[in-house]
Amino acid sequence: MTDTLKATETRATHLRPGWRTTPAARFAAEFAESPLAVAALLLTLTLALLALFANFITPQNPYDLAQLDIMEGMQPPGSTSFDGAMTYHLGTDEQGRDMLSAIVFGLRMSLGVGAMSTVIALSIGMSIGVLAAYFGGRVDAVIMRVVDLQLSFPAILVALILLAVLGKGVDKVIFALIIVQWAYYARTVRGTALVERRKEYIEAASCLALSHRRIVLRHLLPNCLPPLIVVATVQIANAIALEATLSFLGVGVPITEPSLGLLIANGYDYMLSGKYWISFFPGVALLITIVAINLVGDQLRDVMNPRLKR
Amino acid sequence: MLVYLLRRLGQSLFVVVAMAVLVFIGVYAIGNPIDIMISADSDQAEMEAAIARLGLDKPMWEQFFIFVKNALQGDLGRSFVYSSDALGLILSKLPATLELAFLALLFAVFIGVPLGMIAGLRPHSVVGKSIMAGSILGFSLPNFWQGMMLILLFAVIFKVLPSGGRGDTVEVFGIAWSFLTLDGLSHMLLPAINLALFKTSLVIRLARAGTREAALQDYVKFARAKGLSPTRIVLVHIAKNIMIPVVTILGLELGSMIAFAVVTESVFAWPGMGKLLIDSIQLLDRPVVVAYLMLTVFMFIIINFAVDMLYCLLDPRVRLSQVRA
Repeated sequence: MTDTLKATETRATHLRPGWRTTPAARFAAEFAESPLAVAALLLTLTLALLALFANFITPQNPYDLAQLDIMEGMQPPGSTSFDGAMTYHLGTDEQGRDMLSAIVFGLRMSLGVGAMSTVIALSIGMSIGVLAAYFGGRVDAVIMRVVDLQLSFPAILVALILLAVLGKGVDKVIFALIIVQWAYYARTVRGTALVERRKEYIEAASCLALSHRRIVLRHLLPNCLPPLIVVATVQIANAIALEATLSFLGVGVPITEPSLGLLIANGYDYMLSGKYWISFFPGVALLITIVAINLVGDQLRDVMNPRLKR
Repeated sequence: MLVYLLRRLGQSLFVVVAMAVLVFIGVYAIGNPIDIMISADSDQAEMEAAIARLGLDKPMWEQFFIFVKNALQGDLGRSFVYSSDALGLILSKLPATLELAFLALLFAVFIGVPLGMIAGLRPHSVVGKSIMAGSILGFSLPNFWQGMMLILLFAVIFKVLPSGGRGDTVEVFGIAWSFLTLDGLSHMLLPAINLALFKTSLVIRLARAGTREAALQDYVKFARAKGLSPTRIVLVHIAKNIMIPVVTILGLELGSMIAFAVVTESVFAWPGMGKLLIDSIQLLDRPVVVAYLMLTVFMFIIINFAVDMLYCLLDPRVRLSQVRA
């Protein structure tokens, strides 16, 4: 205990006075203590911006068939097009598509599906979890049984079976990812809410005869957010990886709107003949995305974990 | 203990029944069972015979009992593609998946535990930090891409290992096994590494955390005070104590290993259950998909039940809290 106090003092003294006054500034300062995490955060934001503005920055639109020339197919990385107008830095696929452009568009699909499914699953899981913790009793028991049941099956299997029944499509992939994810959030938020619910401020709020709605939304929920944010960050990475796997297995996004996973799958047949670039570079992009998000999540966990508070 | 066991058994039965109802609703009530259970290219007479056999002309609740009765007798429909019993078809692919999963499990334990212990004993050294960085990479690498890169590296560029298939097999008790021949083992190596990588990363983390905790315990201090050699302390006193969480987690993860085998088997064209599932989904061989679903539900319930019982035996606190609840 004295060690922690001393550590806090020494930490505080080298900072400018007035710094770390607001919680947001303190949070940012603690997050920035790991240069690796800051780099990962910047990388994640860059990737998100790339994905957002894919139309404007890629050398060609990989899904506009008018721009493709099948004669330019299977060019290795670094080769130039016949008219000399552009260089295929990462090669082309069998339809003469510039891999760099295809990867940026694939990144957009992967990030979009991952983020969208996470946000929806988060809202659903959070609402269910908070209600279970707040009302307790039978509601809680039933909800938690369902959560346990859901979590006892591996996500990939549940998603695979769902998509086998539903068929292909971006909306169906998002739906399957929501189904496999919501239970994580419900469990996380319930755990925190159970602890928070017993604290004095909730008691005070109920003594003031505030409505259930107001207590849950304005008092309980905001205090349950930190662990949820950590889980959500890691889950975005998981969702992206899961979507890629499903697309690779041929039950994910349709071929007209490929994600990184589908790009990798497309290169599978050519890889055995040594044409590695069609699978290799999308995979590297996928790996960088997942690692960057995971590193951000790791640092968030350290910063938000009260047990590690220095 | 008995109360808990019975209660838990009741819950498991309830889950099986609930899943059967869900599958029944999915296949018979929402979907058109004629499309799902009968091949599209069968003629009128075949179709009517099948409708009568499946009892599709009977009321819904009676159909449910027929479905349950057939399922209990192990009849989960017939595959369109192989025109054989769907459940039997899946079970015939089970040994291939199991041998792969077990080899991967061995890799995970025998690579993960030593690395995790080294990282735990020297958490701030370069070696320890590199091992942890490696485990983060192992967590983040998409399984299927990592498998493809293994093929690219070892089968395409260096040409030292085969890229797919099962290789030579030996029949023991009428079941073909790959791990008994050298060629079979060389075919198993890459898929097993692929399947093991994620679990190895997990074991490294568990072993590291366990070692860091155990190294501070009184029994380690006492062993040191007694003058035991550091090797003996690490190999006997610490290793034994970190194995409990590792073994329980791996038991739990065996199920997810079989699920992830779907990916590995697809990448390496390994003819196991997972490959069969993917092929069946793509060929619209629905009876096989339904049978696979029921079989895995059943398998997972058994695994979960066994793990819970194990916990209960190992840790009395779980037992007490559950009985009171």
